[in-house]
Amino acid sequence: MKKTIIAIALLCLMLTIALTACGQSSSTQGGSTAESGSEAQAPAGQDSSSGQETIFVHNWGYFIDMDVLRIFEEEYGIRVRYSEFVNNETLYAALNLGGMIADVIIPSDYMIGRMIAEDMLYELNFDNIPNASLIDPRFRGLDFDPENRFAVPYKVGTVGLIYNSAMIPYEITSWGALFDERFAGQILMFDNPRDAFAVALKYLGYNINTTNESEIQEAFELLSQQRGILQAYVMDQIFDKLESGEAWIGPYYAPDFLTMYANNPDLRFVRPVEGTNFFVDAMVIPRGSQNRANAEKFINFMSRTDIALMNMRWSHYASANYEAAAIFAQELDPAYREVVFVGEVDYAKSEVFLHLPQHILDLYDRLWIQLRS
Amino acid sequence: MNKKPGFFGRFYMSIILFFLYAPIFVLIVFSFNSTRSRTVWTGFSLEWYRRLFSDGTILDAFYTTLIVAVLASVIATFIGTVAAVGFFNMRSRWRTPLTQINNIPMMNADIVTGVSLSLLFVSLGTMLSFRLGFGTLLLAHVTFCIPYVVLAIMPKLRQIDRNLVDAACDLGCTWMQAFRKVIIPEIRPGIINGLIIAFTLSIDDFVISYFTAGGNIMTLPMQIFAMTRRRVSPEINALSTILFMSVLILLIIINVRDIKQEEKLRQRTSV
Amino acid sequence: MKPNYFSIPYVGWMALFVVTPIVMVFVFALTTPTGEFTLRNFSDMGLFLPVFIRSFRLAFLATVVCIVLGYPVAYLLARETTRVQRILFMLIMLPLWMNFLLRTYAWMSILENTGLLNQLLSFLSLPTVRIINTETAVVIGMVYNFLPFMILPIYSVIVKIDKNLIEAAHDLGANTFSVFRKLIAPLSIPGILSGVTMVFVPAVSAFVITQLLGGGMVFLLGDLIEMQFLGTAHNPNVGSAISIVMMLIVIVFVIVMNKFGSGEEKAVGL
Repeated sequence: MKKTIIAIALLCLMLTIALTACGQSSSTQGGSTAESGSEAQAPAGQDSSSGQETIFVHNWGYFIDMDVLRIFEEEYGIRVRYSEFVNNETLYAALNLGGMIADVIIPSDYMIGRMIAEDMLYELNFDNIPNASLIDPRFRGLDFDPENRFAVPYKVGTVGLIYNSAMIPYEITSWGALFDERFAGQILMFDNPRDAFAVALKYLGYNINTTNESEIQEAFELLSQQRGILQAYVMDQIFDKLESGEAWIGPYYAPDFLTMYANNPDLRFVRPVEGTNFFVDAMVIPRGSQNRANAEKFINFMSRTDIALMNMRWSHYASANYEAAAIFAQELDPAYREVVFVGEVDYAKSEVFLHLPQHILDLYDRLWIQLRS
Repeated sequence: MNKKPGFFGRFYMSIILFFLYAPIFVLIVFSFNSTRSRTVWTGFSLEWYRRLFSDGTILDAFYTTLIVAVLASVIATFIGTVAAVGFFNMRSRWRTPLTQINNIPMMNADIVTGVSLSLLFVSLGTMLSFRLGFGTLLLAHVTFCIPYVVLAIMPKLRQIDRNLVDAACDLGCTWMQAFRKVIIPEIRPGIINGLIIAFTLSIDDFVISYFTAGGNIMTLPMQIFAMTRRRVSPEINALSTILFMSVLILLIIINVRDIKQEEKLRQRTSV
Repeated sequence: MKPNYFSIPYVGWMALFVVTPIVMVFVFALTTPTGEFTLRNFSDMGLFLPVFIRSFRLAFLATVVCIVLGYPVAYLLARETTRVQRILFMLIMLPLWMNFLLRTYAWMSILENTGLLNQLLSFLSLPTVRIINTETAVVIGMVYNFLPFMILPIYSVIVKIDKNLIEAAHDLGANTFSVFRKLIAPLSIPGILSGVTMVFVPAVSAFVITQLLGGGMVFLLGDLIEMQFLGTAHNPNVGSAISIVMMLIVIVFVIVMNKFGSGEEKAVGL
């Protein structure tokens, strides 16, 4: 009998909480506190009953100022359900397995190329996106979207090497530092195949989009050897690890260095001499979105200069909007302007990822699994 | 077994208990840390608790988890009770294979259950145009809870005195009435047990939710997992402390009641 | 309404949500992404042999450690007075009620290079250890999470052993050790087998523990399957093939355990 009473009491308590939760309209929590990484997440999908229009936005981690979402909600009256992905491949898997409802996603260049080739995106109606004219023409019409039909670039940047100068007291200039025995156990590496192979390919002097299987195999050998001295494969976990001194060196996206540097002034950044990867992350609308008009409004909104500035100031990534970029470049400490805005010399040595042919993608998959095994 | 354990026995037990509780203790201590470090103590602060309660994402995930757990356990108990009674009355020719199929979700590694359900939902989804979301999450939870409910009820069914049911029928009850008035009260402890087990399993589940919730719904374990893949915030520690304290208090209450009832029983029988 | 019809809704449910998904896994395992029949997903299995071996090795290790650590606990627990038993039992089960992700995450603070264990060691002027992101960390995580699942079944079996049997054995002149060896141990084997199943199966397929404590360096079957479905090497067909192989291995394992268990019971003469 006592068990029954307790069980029923628990149930009632739970039900009351549940009903109150349903009753509350849980709006996207802004709180632009950089620290808590306030990733607003989609709660139990009850919002359709409120009748408000909603769009689902899926983005990289730490890639947007959350206040921007609140401003959008106020200006347009459209609710934003924001969620994050870890890298391009997991985004692709989530979309492919059919589970994702998304209206705006922000993948990288090569993944957009793949999605276009596999007919996974809707074309954009640029009549609804007048702010697209503010996008730097250098980033439009690139190989992944040659006719500019599917994507509006959002942020650009490069990959570089970040290391702790207190633990590594000399200057690092080459990708070779990631394969250096002296730092065994303190090295971090990308947890996605293209970025990881790009590092190895660049160090070996090859093109990061090579379709030469023996070159890819060589890169694989190098990465396999690296496994013995590696601490971990990471994406955003790298922030904690480098800032706390848990690891000493790792490759990552240049502008994130500025975020890390604010928390640990011992960190240094370098774009290695062998050259690096230049990426363009752009906003696209995946097939299956039921809110194309609103999605386009969102894309237009994000391309506005003032909004682009907010995002830039928060994340340090260079916006594709050239007006905003020019303003931000003036605000930045000149010493770090080169981190965020690629200089001419480095730009010449940088390559953009291309969508590779299927048999090469299969090779990458096989080698990646072998590497991780 | 009639001798109580000696010193070494007790010592060993305390080491094991230390092992079991040390990480929890660490979690709790660092939830009060004044910086975000999980390993270096810098001072006392309630900052992370403040952040936890103002962080909509974690609270949303918590509500989702709770709602799913309540709904799933209730639905599973319903279906499971009816199913158990149905199984019980079957000839064993049917019952044995059906019981074995029933046991599959229990025996299978949960990643296989999760993956298989996600394939089902994806294929059905393309045919009937729905996506993974709250509905599929709930269906998945009900599916893996029912076998445990059935398992909890079957033993109780075996203990029922058949004569009771026959007597009820002789007195003019239809089967439905016999079911409601005789069988259900007899197996009630089993039903309650099943409900509690289902609720616990649903709250704690991560793997199956991970594969069947889709990209837009997050349960609390999914949210925690996502948080460990980025900057780890001691909000997780604060959350752990609160959960731990709640469960501890709950268990203490239950056990104190148990002890009190036993005392009463002992007094009554000794008089 | 006849009672037999009671089970029909559930049978329908099982057909749809238990049997069909497994059939789908088979279908995916035997087709290419474009839908043609193929056995290639299985022929590539050799590529994953290191992962299979590692998973079984670590699961086996974790299971053995759980038995070694957990059996004494169950035995000692069963010997306590009822009141103490209840309290201790609650204490042992309490961590299980906490979310297992949180429990695993807690070990990160302890095992990291800059974590508490190393801080303690440095404080005592001892050399620091590198445990995080190694197999040791993963096994520790497994043991920590699954130990109560080993203790519980063994305890429930031992505690049901008829005390009269033990008294009789004592009366006949056996000392504690003989009583244990000849009476308690054989009778507790069903509990051990139950515990082994409850530890081994989750250990073989774990992927959260490896991701939190292994840093991507310890790659097990769970990680492999996750990578094929929602991860960086998306290929649900190969993922399904691997799942099937894993399912089959688990089935074989359970059958072997059952045979072993019933054999032991016969030997003891029950």
